[in-house]
Amino acid sequence: MDAQSNALDALGLRMAEATPQAAALGLRVVSVEPGVAVMAVAHRPDLVGDPETEVLAGGVVTTLLDHVCGLAVGSALIEHAPMGPIATLDLRIDYMRPAEPGREVLARAHCYKLTHSIAFVRASAFDGDEADPVATVQAAFALKTGPEAPK
Amino acid sequence: MSDPRGERLTAMMATIPYVRFLGMSAELSGDEMTAVLPFAPHLVGNVVLPALHGGVIGAFLEMTAICQLGVREPFRRLPRTIDVTIEYLRPGRAFTTFARADVRKIGRRIANVHVEAWQEFRAAPVAALRGHFMLSPPEKKDGGGGAADS
Repeated sequence: MDAQSNALDALGLRMAEATPQAAALGLRVVSVEPGVAVMAVAHRPDLVGDPETEVLAGGVVTTLLDHVCGLAVGSALIEHAPMGPIATLDLRIDYMRPAEPGREVLARAHCYKLTHSIAFVRASAFDGDEADPVATVQAAFALKTGPEAPK
Repeated sequence: MSDPRGERLTAMMATIPYVRFLGMSAELSGDEMTAVLPFAPHLVGNVVLPALHGGVIGAFLEMTAICQLGVREPFRRLPRTIDVTIEYLRPGRAFTTFARADVRKIGRRIANVHVEAWQEFRAAPVAALRGHFMLSPPEKKDGGGGAADS
């Protein structure tokens, strides 16, 4: 294992286990590579948002998406500089359909642009077929310590 | 309490497991609802500050919108979120968070709602949400009124 994959693993571990809300939801890191991250949340009775349908609350998907976007930003920054604090500026989330009750929901985020002070991220949540997403998000994050000036 | 709106709100919130997970409650003054999210350690997203998780704040704003729609009118099913835009203005610190929703437009099928959350000062909001929600109005008994819209 090289230093970068060690750093990515450590980042994933920190995002999943050292964040109380992520631990409370049972968020799991599926994969992390520079700029791209996948995380998952299991269906749990206490996270249901509509008791009639047993569908996972929209807020759980919101938190999963915010978190996986943050992880994608952190992993993109690893190539440039040590990760400083980042803050979500905004999230625009479209809910295409309810997640299937009982199914794990996964989310893949791609940090597709970094500037000195802002990271732009897209992500989608799905519960099986990635081409049939549950929700998609477009997000911007403020970086407290931006990447090195472009070479 | 004999206010049907208050009873509807209490009944609705009591049935939603995720409301209990957040530890959220709501107070009603006439038709104006204030949602309350007491600070709890499991809601933290940044242990250094400490600050509430951005997703938790978004979830609280979204649930506030759904509850306010429930206060406004009875529904067959809970309103379903179509889309939301969440703007983060300040870190949500380790304090109680409040939120109020403003139903900007309520159509037959779709509602537009704005929500704002604050902590110590109403004039210093921590976050805001704008969103669209799909409604399921009660069935009309008379069955009149043109084309079916299911």
